[in-house]
Amino acid sequence: MPRPGRGVAEVKARSAPHELSARFSPLGDSALLLTFGAVIDPAVNDRVHHMAHCIAMSGLAGILGVVPSYTALGVHFDPRVWDHGSLERALQELGAARAGAVPLRTVVIPVCYGGEDGPDLGAVAAHCGLTPAQVIARHSQGVYRVHFLGFAPGFPYLGGLDPALATPRRATPRTQVPRGSVGIAGGQTGIYPLETPGGWQLIGRTPLALFDPLRAEPCLLRAGDLLRFEVAP
Amino acid sequence: MSLRVERPGLFTSVQDLGRPGFQHLGLGPGGAADPLSHRLANLLVGNAPGEATLEILLAGPVLRFEEPTLVALCGADLSAVVEGRARPMPMPLWRPVWLGAGARLAFGAPRLGARAYLAVAGGIRAPVLLGSRSTMPRAGLGRLLRAGDAWPVLEQPRHFPAPLAALQASGASWTSVPWFLPWHHELSFDRPLALRLIPGPQAGALTPASQAALFQEAFRVAPASDRMGLRLAGPALALAAPQEMLSAPVATGTLQLPPGGGPILLMADRQTTGGYPRLGELATVDLPAAAQLRAGDACRFRAVAAGEALALLRAREARLEILAETVKSRLGRRDSGIISA
Repeated sequence: MPRPGRGVAEVKARSAPHELSARFSPLGDSALLLTFGAVIDPAVNDRVHHMAHCIAMSGLAGILGVVPSYTALGVHFDPRVWDHGSLERALQELGAARAGAVPLRTVVIPVCYGGEDGPDLGAVAAHCGLTPAQVIARHSQGVYRVHFLGFAPGFPYLGGLDPALATPRRATPRTQVPRGSVGIAGGQTGIYPLETPGGWQLIGRTPLALFDPLRAEPCLLRAGDLLRFEVAP
Repeated sequence: MSLRVERPGLFTSVQDLGRPGFQHLGLGPGGAADPLSHRLANLLVGNAPGEATLEILLAGPVLRFEEPTLVALCGADLSAVVEGRARPMPMPLWRPVWLGAGARLAFGAPRLGARAYLAVAGGIRAPVLLGSRSTMPRAGLGRLLRAGDAWPVLEQPRHFPAPLAALQASGASWTSVPWFLPWHHELSFDRPLALRLIPGPQAGALTPASQAALFQEAFRVAPASDRMGLRLAGPALALAAPQEMLSAPVATGTLQLPPGGGPILLMADRQTTGGYPRLGELATVDLPAAAQLRAGDACRFRAVAAGEALALLRAREARLEILAETVKSRLGRRDSGIISA
């Protein structure tokens, strides 16, 4: 059984994107939304994480939360410190100054595929016209991008699933999906950080805890990480 | 010394000002759904705004206090009653109140609003997880109150806001000061509740009829509402053309429009990102009033600019600062006249 925290395999630097080019809009009266593009694109997502990194490194006062997503970054501010205009100007300056490269980590997630851990492996294989072993091989050969964490604490929105593995959600969602379950829904793959109801096709399960509020860094993954699945021994 | 839970009530949770700094991990901010009532209750017992209070939803708990305890109850009127040495007496709201040793605090029928906040001098000492004592059971952070719980209470400030001796001498169930905070008006218990909405990117993508309906017709709060969001039922709202939506950051107060359903107003335990069309965000000053809506209550939206909503928020914060100074100086007075029951 791998020890928690063992997942981080390598850390490199990601080069800074060349331009900020964000559209700023209000997200209510005490947050700004920075939009960098309209479609899922690693280059756009890099800009999101670069800006988030610039803000984290800047030590700007009065920033309450910085939330990356596929193409947009939410910045929740203290209304006693900032308004939309003053924060936009400060962020424009930060983006132009560039606070160095964003660390690029690769995290390896061991997965017990099939059996009780992945009760839908056979159904996914049948849907895709592959054998279960081929599904495991394709899923564990991919390199995935953690576009961002959302939906539930520590849940990664992953890009990079082999299109040959795309499988629709189950017709009837399960009332309880065990935490750590690895699933496929349409063209997406993901990991359930908490025990929740869910309709994804479950192909395996990791023993790593994606979210543990007692850890100094509660989530195993960070937005912007690269991720690989590995067949657990 | 502790606060004992004899009955937990419908949904009684420990809340403070939440964990807004963990949203990049997918963890919603949480905290008091009505942060104004929470802060005022804390203010009245001499606590910092971020100390934990009990958020009490509709059907309240039965709590027993072993020792004299300084408390304040703000927000909804849930027919709180103190059963002490004297016969049961209504518990006054919006005031600092000394409860006598062995007093039981019970609740009856909800009269006004949905959520009451009970502050105890020194705060509710629930464990701190990720910088907050707020309960968010879905994320494995804390749990609801249970019968038999004993929450530790810190030593009480014996001469504040009025000498504890006055309570002990009178034989009453509670004593209080002869003033209260008239801030219940800020929660506007009027129905339909008027809510100010900063139009979002998809408000203009609604059909003309739906745009008119959003700002002219009333919506009702559906029973499936909770601390994640208020589900609203009302006129059918439709987009003029289907929109390709990617999950993107949302805020507390975001009004989103899922397909084939009524709009959902996101509350404290919301998700951090959402993939539904964003009709707008509530002005933050109106969030406390929205948190007091019950299932079946009606509300209406009125458009407001982001800058105007921010000005309203700053004005309220300035008034809260002045109020905090006033209350502190009053609480410091020894001989401010005492009422008891």
